[in-house]
Amino acid sequence: MNLRIESAAIDSLMVRLFDEIDEANMPWLMAAAEKLREAFGAQLIDLVPSYTTLLLHYDLHALSEADAIALIQRSLHNLQPLANETGTLHAIPVWYHQSVGTELPAIAQRAGLSAEQVIEQHGSRDYPVFTLGFAPGFAYMGLVDEALASARLATPRQRVPKGSVGIAERQTAIYPLTSPGGWNLIGRCPLTLFSAERGSLLQPGDRVRFVSIDHAEFIRLGGDDTAMEASA
Amino acid sequence: MIELLVEHSLGFAQLQDGGRFGVRHLGITQGGALDWVAMQQANWLLGNAADAAVIEIPLGGLQLRAHAEGWLALTGADLDAKRDGQPMAPGQTFQLRHGQTLQFNSPKRGVRAYLATPGGFAAEPVMGAVATVMREQLGGLHGNGRGLHNGDRLQGKASEAEPRTLPAGALWYPGVGVVLDLIPGAQIAAFAGASLFAAFNQSWTLDQRADRMGMRLTGPALRYQGQALISEGIPLGAVQVPPDGQPIILMNDRQTIGGYPRLGAVTPLSLARLAQCAPGQKVRLRVVSQEAARREMLVALKALATLGQPTP
Repeated sequence: MNLRIESAAIDSLMVRLFDEIDEANMPWLMAAAEKLREAFGAQLIDLVPSYTTLLLHYDLHALSEADAIALIQRSLHNLQPLANETGTLHAIPVWYHQSVGTELPAIAQRAGLSAEQVIEQHGSRDYPVFTLGFAPGFAYMGLVDEALASARLATPRQRVPKGSVGIAERQTAIYPLTSPGGWNLIGRCPLTLFSAERGSLLQPGDRVRFVSIDHAEFIRLGGDDTAMEASA
Repeated sequence: MIELLVEHSLGFAQLQDGGRFGVRHLGITQGGALDWVAMQQANWLLGNAADAAVIEIPLGGLQLRAHAEGWLALTGADLDAKRDGQPMAPGQTFQLRHGQTLQFNSPKRGVRAYLATPGGFAAEPVMGAVATVMREQLGGLHGNGRGLHNGDRLQGKASEAEPRTLPAGALWYPGVGVVLDLIPGAQIAAFAGASLFAAFNQSWTLDQRADRMGMRLTGPALRYQGQALISEGIPLGAVQVPPDGQPIILMNDRQTIGGYPRLGAVTPLSLARLAQCAPGQKVRLRVVSQEAARREMLVALKALATLGQPTP
């Protein structure tokens, strides 16, 4: 960890801890978030953790930039990483099928695997949630096996259905809302990942294990099996 | 308490307030009135809290009819508004009687008008705010992120008002050139020297692609020479430069994280002005220090809170 504090806006500072994406960053970022929330209290307006940074938005009435920088330095002095097991482990059911996961066959072909092997591979590890962004409750997870890595679609889809499970490079995610998107789809999750009442099911630092379910179970859990339109 | 029926809407007019805070780590954007100065002025005109819910009206195309009479305050853009056919200039309070209509036609000056009513317009806050964010399907009149549609009914939260008068010159409209103050960010040094010179010494044109998420500028292509970035949090007003070299100023409905290099961030006061600029508008970027920008902001906020009142 190498702490740097950069001016980002009139009332925001970028707290930079790392330079590369690494699962090992997570316990440090989580610990830093905790310390910063504690130190800033009501003077914190928003704190946005990402892979290597935390964007800290403070109350400019109460603090000058110099005050805020000093407070960050004080609160992160002697920072220790959080214990690895603090995040929740979620078992997330996924119906992996070509009709809702259009790119499943292409990924299998590229990897020289069967669709079944791709599914098995995707579900074979626990993925940490690196950060939430792009849309409410959209959790960036990873890293998937090298063999499954897939570049984003050249032309993003106008409409990716809610619950779609996708891969982009070595990251994987579930679309919490129907939205545009360019990730390679491999299946669909029947759970509600985000609602205004309950917030986001997945939180940074949580871990996710994907569990393959069949069509009947997908429907029983409330999934919508409307097929993707045949893509060009 | 006023009751308004939306008789005609293009779907872009929407309820806004000061924005949604404390939830950006969940991927939820801040939202809120783009011209927050005009919103605060509209609320001040009626003695409301500064960020009570108002209607943000971009470009016009909205007709409202009163089903119960009440007070309104209008600020921001001059959208050729008419009350029962009579012109209503922005910057004033007025009553709309039962059956009267209020029409917003097309922009004469500025882009976004703001309409306030005593106590603010009633809507169930979603995650602490009424701010409508269409892309996130959050907030607004029905909580689902939709703009105002034909048949929607709006209600004020109070009937009593203390109507006030704005001091002359309080409303701002873009002139031939508009200056936007920018606080430099950490990546600014990684842009080519010639690009930096161009960024601050040539004028930019506001593109057609200008909305609540971002305002794109066209002009000389800026070249970033640094390393590819890992996605990180994006503050309000961040000026990001994608590979085509044309900067985008990120507004209230921006995505919460992103990985393009940034010149820095435009100040909130400049963003309020940008919100009144139409595509084709010439703008210039000017470097300002964070310290000077904060000082100016604190003075401006104090002035907004005490508009037209004698200061001790």
